[in-house]
Amino acid sequence: MRTFWVVYVTLPGMRWEPGGTGAEAVLRAAETIVQFDNVGLRYGTGAETLSDLSFSLRQGGFYFLTGPSGAGKTSLLKLLYLAQRPSRGLIRLFGEDIVTMPRRRLPGFRRRIGVVFQDFRLVTHLSAFDNVALPLRVAGVEEKDLKAPVKEMLAWVGLGHRATARPATLSGGEQQRVAIARAVIARPDILVADEPTGNVDPEMAKRLLHLFDSLNGLGTTVVVATHDLHLISSIGRSEMLRLDRGQLLDPTGALRNPPRRTDA
Amino acid sequence: MKAVGRKLGAADRRLLPEGRLAGPMPWVIAIMMFLTVLAAAAGLGLGSAAAGLNAAVGDRVTVQIMDPNPDVREADAARAADLLRHMNGVRKVRRLTPAEINRLLEPWLGAGGAGSDLPIPAMIDVDLGPGGGARVGDVRDALARAVPTARLDRNSDWLGPLGRLISSLQWLAAALVLMMIAATSATVVLAARAALDTHRGTIEVLHLMGATDVQVARLFQRRIALDAAFGGGIGLIGAALVMLLIGARVAALGSDLIGSAALPPGAWLLLIALPVLGILLSMLVARWTILRALGRML
Repeated sequence: MRTFWVVYVTLPGMRWEPGGTGAEAVLRAAETIVQFDNVGLRYGTGAETLSDLSFSLRQGGFYFLTGPSGAGKTSLLKLLYLAQRPSRGLIRLFGEDIVTMPRRRLPGFRRRIGVVFQDFRLVTHLSAFDNVALPLRVAGVEEKDLKAPVKEMLAWVGLGHRATARPATLSGGEQQRVAIARAVIARPDILVADEPTGNVDPEMAKRLLHLFDSLNGLGTTVVVATHDLHLISSIGRSEMLRLDRGQLLDPTGALRNPPRRTDA
Repeated sequence: MKAVGRKLGAADRRLLPEGRLAGPMPWVIAIMMFLTVLAAAAGLGLGSAAAGLNAAVGDRVTVQIMDPNPDVREADAARAADLLRHMNGVRKVRRLTPAEINRLLEPWLGAGGAGSDLPIPAMIDVDLGPGGGARVGDVRDALARAVPTARLDRNSDWLGPLGRLISSLQWLAAALVLMMIAATSATVVLAARAALDTHRGTIEVLHLMGATDVQVARLFQRRIALDAAFGGGIGLIGAALVMLLIGARVAALGSDLIGSAALPPGAWLLLIALPVLGILLSMLVARWTILRALGRML
């Protein structure tokens, strides 16, 4: 467990970029982990689902993505976790242009991104343990090294006793927790979550958010798509990206800081 | 980020459900392999028969003395046999006895039909040894000078059509083997595509977690190799049983011509190697199919 985490903690998206002094360039590169410039996304020949998106995400930032249904939140997340390429514009991830990147290089980038899908997308014939272990196995972690962290993660999301259960026998909330455990087990550089607390009770939502917060504290950039205003207000240092009809409502970023709960 | 192209381990093989032998593919491969082995065995057996026939009679000639006068015929036959025995390049000379000639004529004339009333030619079987075909002309010239009533027949002349028939059947067997290989490959392509469609959701999840195309393809390769191994084994066993049965029936016939189509030991090794080649081919075809399909995904 420790060895694996140490390996990943030493993998921030720090890359020297030309321009400015070396120290400035390193600092800038370390801060900006995602860069969107005039990004548009169109499915087939239909209208653009996302238009003219330009924003950047800092390394170690905590972002909430909000907007009404159909605003394009899931599409934006798909671009972030490399399930789609944009129709136009530029996306830089970890300092590299991923729009023109050859697909053979994408797996290396995807391993640095944890995803909680809205529909969980658990592998139905695998147990909760095997589902959570999936990213580690894909990354090449030996069996003897993954048992302890997977068990620990399952215990953390309150499913230590359901390790052998198949997804079909788990409740919606339990499936969501397995999906979250799977997304964070490899300690990704970016965690992308699409409505991660939609099916869990408030207490579990709090616990999961605490998990995200802890990861964020370790340097993971967290992007959470949600409608839950309580969730948004509970992370003090979070920023907010608001989407409507495929466009960012606050392109300058001036309104990114959401209102805070005063009773918290 | 170590070992991007790492081989997935034993535990990862569970990533695809173990539905082996439930689908039709192993049985289709078993049928294909059964037919492939039989076609290959037929081709190899015919090749063996052709080689055996050529070795047995291809370098031989038959000399017939057809004078109607029995005394002249007997004298000419003795002179021809003597001449042939003393010729260079003649390995063996054997004059057929009247009993042997009667036995040869029996199917046409009946038992005892070749009596003294019929002028039956005297026959001499001549073995010219390996490469004897080239010396037939010399033998014919020498015989024509010494015994004008002698007629020389090359055994290879009547073997020619049989040889061409065997050669055609061999080509047919080879074409059948190639067609079976093509059909097996097509089956594997269809099975791989079907498996890919069935497990598309799992594959997408694996991809989004950073699995490489090669990692995913290995999962399918392994499954298809196991299916091919099962099907190949069943097909080979079935074909071997059929061949043993046919071999027993052929032996019961007692025909030298049909019996010469026996498989040499090396041919059995080749037939056993066919399922192994089938497994390798299935793996390669599956890998190629999966990698091509994955290449169209992001």
